[in-house]
Amino acid sequence: MEDSILKIDDLKKRYGKDTVLNGITLSVSEGEVLVILGPSGCGKSTLLRCLNGLETIEGGSVRFKDEIVNDENGVSSDITELRQKIGMVFQNYELFPHLTVFQNVMLAPTTVCGRDKKEVEKEALTLLEKVGLSEKKDFYPSKLSGGQKQRVAIVRALIMHPEVLLFDEVTAALDPEMVREVLEVMLSLAEQGKTMVIVTHEMAFARAVADKVILLDGGVIVEEADPETFFTHPKSERAKAFLEGFSYERVKGKKSIKKGA
Amino acid sequence: MQDPGISVLFKGSNFIRLLEGLSIALRISFLSVVISLLLGFFIGVLISGKNRFLKIVYGIYLNTVRIMPQMVLLFIVFFGSTRVLGINIDAEVSSIIVFAFWGSAEMADLVRGAIKSIPVHQFESAASLGMKKRTIYLKIILPQTLRRLVPSSINLVTRMIKTTSLVMMIGVVEVLKVGQQIIEANRTTSPNIAFWMYGTVFLLYFIACFPISRLSKSLEEKWKLA
Repeated sequence: MEDSILKIDDLKKRYGKDTVLNGITLSVSEGEVLVILGPSGCGKSTLLRCLNGLETIEGGSVRFKDEIVNDENGVSSDITELRQKIGMVFQNYELFPHLTVFQNVMLAPTTVCGRDKKEVEKEALTLLEKVGLSEKKDFYPSKLSGGQKQRVAIVRALIMHPEVLLFDEVTAALDPEMVREVLEVMLSLAEQGKTMVIVTHEMAFARAVADKVILLDGGVIVEEADPETFFTHPKSERAKAFLEGFSYERVKGKKSIKKGA
Repeated sequence: MQDPGISVLFKGSNFIRLLEGLSIALRISFLSVVISLLLGFFIGVLISGKNRFLKIVYGIYLNTVRIMPQMVLLFIVFFGSTRVLGINIDAEVSSIIVFAFWGSAEMADLVRGAIKSIPVHQFESAASLGMKKRTIYLKIILPQTLRRLVPSSINLVTRMIKTTSLVMMIGVVEVLKVGQQIIEANRTTSPNIAFWMYGTVFLLYFIACFPISRLSKSLEEKWKLA
């Protein structure tokens, strides 16, 4: 693809002697939604953190457009500028607890970009309105539910006008009934054509939102496909086994539960 | 009938002298507290970095201060400086040096702990918004550190104020010393004087420290939201 925004080439990441990522090659093009799936500890979150330079890497490279974000020589010296274009939302929201919702959203655009306060305020209100939280703007994060916090965190990332958004298991810490309100915000972002890289365990959501799905295991990509193919006709045995882990057979009322392993 | 003792309190200039003693105690406390909070904060930030040498030096400093009774430190600075260095340090100045030396070590430890208690994710999420290190420290880490520091540093401040009563051992005539002088002078005429005098000193310390712990409470309340 010509117009790729993020290009990952043979990325290798080690923690001490443990190889976490062993040669990941991947690209994300403009407007694409890439979903990364995989069992716990397979390196999905680490991969995401390499993309905006929160982790150093031992080999390969990460490029944003033509600029190197991260390679074996370390994280780019322009990383603060690059991070404004590569937004990230975390599993545990990480709102700033000493600031109100509104201040949380306003802080980065006013201090980092030096944008006009009036204009940012207006945008902040519009964005909060869109996620249904404008009336909570003067609340402190501790007064919000998990789902509300995560929506604020998304707004906080959006107001920087990032060209790519990274989502790191953003619903993993939420109660089931709050998952939907967050995922709906993300679905509408996908509809607007935002470029996103999403790490998630929500299979139905992944299928609905993705343009491309990859399955990561043991530090390598074991399957890369469009969502329909991935969820209905996975090629690799590993992907089949992974997907089977999410479905359950009815066991009640059956005489023999196990019919041979 | 015996004099109940309380009248001695207001005899002559006794009460004025007590208040003067209190003001000396508070002056020593105030100066050493201000120095400790500022210097301690600075040291605390320094040792939160990665420099191992600084950490080792600070470790020795903190443990020295903790092991050594404050009174010994006072004696070393006040008497020792004259003997060994041949310089004469005023008793009040010696007291401020010792208390600031002690307070800075303890304060630095509190600051280090407060900084450490802030989750690394706070730093990361700010960094992910494209904020520079300096901005992150100023706008995210520092405000949260200060909030976490309130209860423990106020505790240190009141402890320092109380401990200033030791300075009478090197001849500073602060409130407790004045109290003892008044007791000595009136022991024969009013045997109960000790009770009244120490009671008054207690009350004066209470009046000095109580507003500070109230302030801490209200700050904690105010910042509880955050």
